[in-house]
Amino acid sequence: MKRASPTRQRLAALGLLGVPLLTYPLLSLPGGSLWGIPAGYLYLFGVWAGLIGLAAWVAERRSK
Amino acid sequence: MVLSGWFIALLSVAYLGLLFAVARFGDARADAGKSIISANVYALSLAVYCTSWTFYGSVGRATSGGLSFLTIYLGPTLMLLFVGVIIKMIRISKAQRITSIADFIASRYGKSQLLAGMVTIIAVIGVVPYIALQLKAMAASVDVLLEHSGRSGVWLGLDSTFLIAVILALFSILFGTRHLDATERHEGMVAAVAFESVVKLIAFMAVGLFVTYGMFGGLGDLFQRAAATADLGRLLQLDSSRAGTWTALIVLSGLAIVFLPRQFQIVVVENVDESHVKRAVWLFPLYLLLINIFVLPLALGGLLHFDGQGMNSDTFVLTLPLARGAESLALLAFIGGLSAATGMVIVETIALSTMVCNDLVMPWLLRSAWLQARHHQDLSGVLIGIRRVAIALIVLLGYIYFRAAGEAYALVGIGLISFAAVAQFAPAMFGGMYWKQGTRAGAVAGLSAGFVVWLYTLLLPSFAKSGWISSGFVEQGLFGIPWLKAQVLFGLGGMDEISHCLWWSMLANIGCYILVSLSSRPDAVEASQAERFVDVFRFDRRSAEARLWRGKASLGALVRLLERFLGAGRAQQQLALYARSRGVGDWHQLPVDAEFVHFAEAELAGAIGSASARVMVASVAEEEDLGLDEVLDILDEATQVRAYSRELETKQQALEAATSELREANERLREVDRMKDDFISTVTHELRTPLTSIRALSEMLHEDPRIDLTNRRRFLGIIVNETERLTRLINQILDMAKLESGQAEWTTGDVDIGAIARETMGSLEQLFCEKGVALEGDIPPTGPVVLADSDRLTQVLINLLSNAVKFVPAQTGRVHVRVGVDGNMVRVEVSDNGPGLTAEECDLIFEKFRQGGNTLTDKPQGTGLGLPISRQIIEYFGGKLWVESHPGEGANFIFTVPLPASEE
Repeated sequence: MKRASPTRQRLAALGLLGVPLLTYPLLSLPGGSLWGIPAGYLYLFGVWAGLIGLAAWVAERRSK
Repeated sequence: MVLSGWFIALLSVAYLGLLFAVARFGDARADAGKSIISANVYALSLAVYCTSWTFYGSVGRATSGGLSFLTIYLGPTLMLLFVGVIIKMIRISKAQRITSIADFIASRYGKSQLLAGMVTIIAVIGVVPYIALQLKAMAASVDVLLEHSGRSGVWLGLDSTFLIAVILALFSILFGTRHLDATERHEGMVAAVAFESVVKLIAFMAVGLFVTYGMFGGLGDLFQRAAATADLGRLLQLDSSRAGTWTALIVLSGLAIVFLPRQFQIVVVENVDESHVKRAVWLFPLYLLLINIFVLPLALGGLLHFDGQGMNSDTFVLTLPLARGAESLALLAFIGGLSAATGMVIVETIALSTMVCNDLVMPWLLRSAWLQARHHQDLSGVLIGIRRVAIALIVLLGYIYFRAAGEAYALVGIGLISFAAVAQFAPAMFGGMYWKQGTRAGAVAGLSAGFVVWLYTLLLPSFAKSGWISSGFVEQGLFGIPWLKAQVLFGLGGMDEISHCLWWSMLANIGCYILVSLSSRPDAVEASQAERFVDVFRFDRRSAEARLWRGKASLGALVRLLERFLGAGRAQQQLALYARSRGVGDWHQLPVDAEFVHFAEAELAGAIGSASARVMVASVAEEEDLGLDEVLDILDEATQVRAYSRELETKQQALEAATSELREANERLREVDRMKDDFISTVTHELRTPLTSIRALSEMLHEDPRIDLTNRRRFLGIIVNETERLTRLINQILDMAKLESGQAEWTTGDVDIGAIARETMGSLEQLFCEKGVALEGDIPPTGPVVLADSDRLTQVLINLLSNAVKFVPAQTGRVHVRVGVDGNMVRVEVSDNGPGLTAEECDLIFEKFRQGGNTLTDKPQGTGLGLPISRQIIEYFGGKLWVESHPGEGANFIFTVPLPASEE
């Protein structure tokens, strides 16, 4: 059988990492605000952008 | 002033016309074979996910739930990262010519018409609220604009929502069913959807920037002013008491991104290249992130600006710019909202109408007397007609739902009802892709159980809430039984209605699917379909496909069938293509075998769905029933054959490697053999020369007794010389053979090279004097000591010196011996002022039987073995022997011997 491609596995691992990062109880950690912007808002968009950035890096990298 | 009803209508129609033009362009390019569907277009077309819900509803949601609106976009982000699942779905759909999600599920469970119909009904009922949501949002946005200019939305006694519904239906019909060929792909539509995705993103971002930076002092200012009020401050914090809802919504939206009929259409059916998914995996989430950045700021801005005015928060996107008199921005926002709604309605109704046509109407039509009577008529036009009617009916249902229940809910609330409905497909889909044991009975049981629970806990209560039906079953429980309360089923309270429905429906769905699957037995078609789906990456189509169908069919009947449903032109075109792929010039000569029947069924499946296609093919072909056991045998065999062929392949590779090794070894052997032959012939030649002269002179002496004494002595002298040469030659050949075979005897000890050089020079002094050649030495008094065999080193030096004396001119010749240390090597040089050697000769003289000088004209002066033997000896001690020379400048023979390591 053809082995699952490493890119697909890396992306799936990223998905598995995203689940705990974007759900409770971790979500209850950020509190207060930073530069006047609520920490929860920063945390959610930050983690989300991070996941997207990593996914782009994994998906668009030239496979060797 | 600008915002008159006519102007809005004209602008809307103009925008829809633009979308239409984009679609025409996309179709034209597709027909010309130059598809414009790139990875980026594919990723953007996925944003059909962002409907009025996103454009208007999210802001409304954020005014009550804070950041929880984000869950609807985080779920898809996470789901898409599981690229393997999506690609498997696409691969299966291409192999099976899947046209819709109903087709996918039905095809997996034995091309079941029952299952196809069920999925279609669930999808239509489930998605109707979602279409109502679009109508509601459109109506609200038109009302806002008209109210602003002081007009009413009623025209000829019809309300604006109905008008919008009619326009959307007409437009969808024009859009999706223009082609007369009823196949599954619509490249023009995908292009238009990608285009409208860009429009709505730009519109929303524009409003967001205007409100955040134009009406307020930026993000920080907005958040700080919100935090100052108790009500709004609550929206800024994540509320951990709603953790369950948060997770439930992520799960729901993750499932919706592939299982909503329109998402399945765009993600799977319209996919032209699997590699596009890799782009979508990050570009689409990036789109979602961008369109969501300003949702919370807009919600807060609206609440702050319209504090206590009771404005509808679902229309903040329009009312905020209008409040500042930015009418053109409001119009742009309106176009964005229109874009979002039309995109959704078009794709959703096209996907649903395909399902309704293929999976509800066709099965009924195929049995009806009406169709039997028109046996030879081209039905592709009928198919298109059915789809058009279906689109109109689905939009009408949406309108009815809007009237019945639309007022009771905010936009997002309505949408979530649809999400929960399509989530019911998940167990049958995932089970079907990864679990061979899942059966049709299990899928039917799971789907119906989940659907009934959804109906009872979510859809019917939404009717009850708007007072359309009695709300007794929600408040007191069905028949007054408290544990049947629709949204506190079995007393399970403390959850919101969506999580409650998701929990119970999934429990019922998954439970029934697994339980019934395990206690039922698949039939033959199911078993073979299960194999094709689960093992799509390794299913060997050609070998198994040919054996999984056995029966009789006529070419004419099958072709007639294709012409009826595909239209004559397209049928001929596909037949010609297929014939070419099989290497047959004219399709009339195609053999009617299993492969052809499979081709015909696949073509039909693309037009009328797999379940109906199977029934149609069965109606003209006499298929033998293979039975479950035989099918399983064939599949097992196919698996085994596959394993064997793989094994064979590895064996073959090993064999090829061994063969090439053997070939190399053989080459080497032949080379050695050739060298041996050369050697023997050379040796024979070298031996024969002296023998010939000995024999000639002996014969002369023997036959002629009158030869005088002087000549006699001369002849005998030559004979003695030649015999010596012969002896020397034989000794050297033996020596060489010993060295080469490693049998030579060595007595290794500490050797003073300087002493050896002096001894050798001394012993050869006589030879040099005879020829008048000067021999000079440059040797340290106590020379370097190396570990070697002194006799062998003497042999090398004698060889080098006697060579030198041979080639230097008499009387003026000079030979110079130098012994020194160079690094960790002893370096010995023997230089002369002889004729010198060319670069080529410098290499050649170390080969056996190569002699210095011209061997053709001069009498040979040596055996041609001295230097090769010397080189062997020096190399044995770990040193090197070579010559540095240029023609006319003498030769310098150099050898090195390593010093013992301890002396460094």
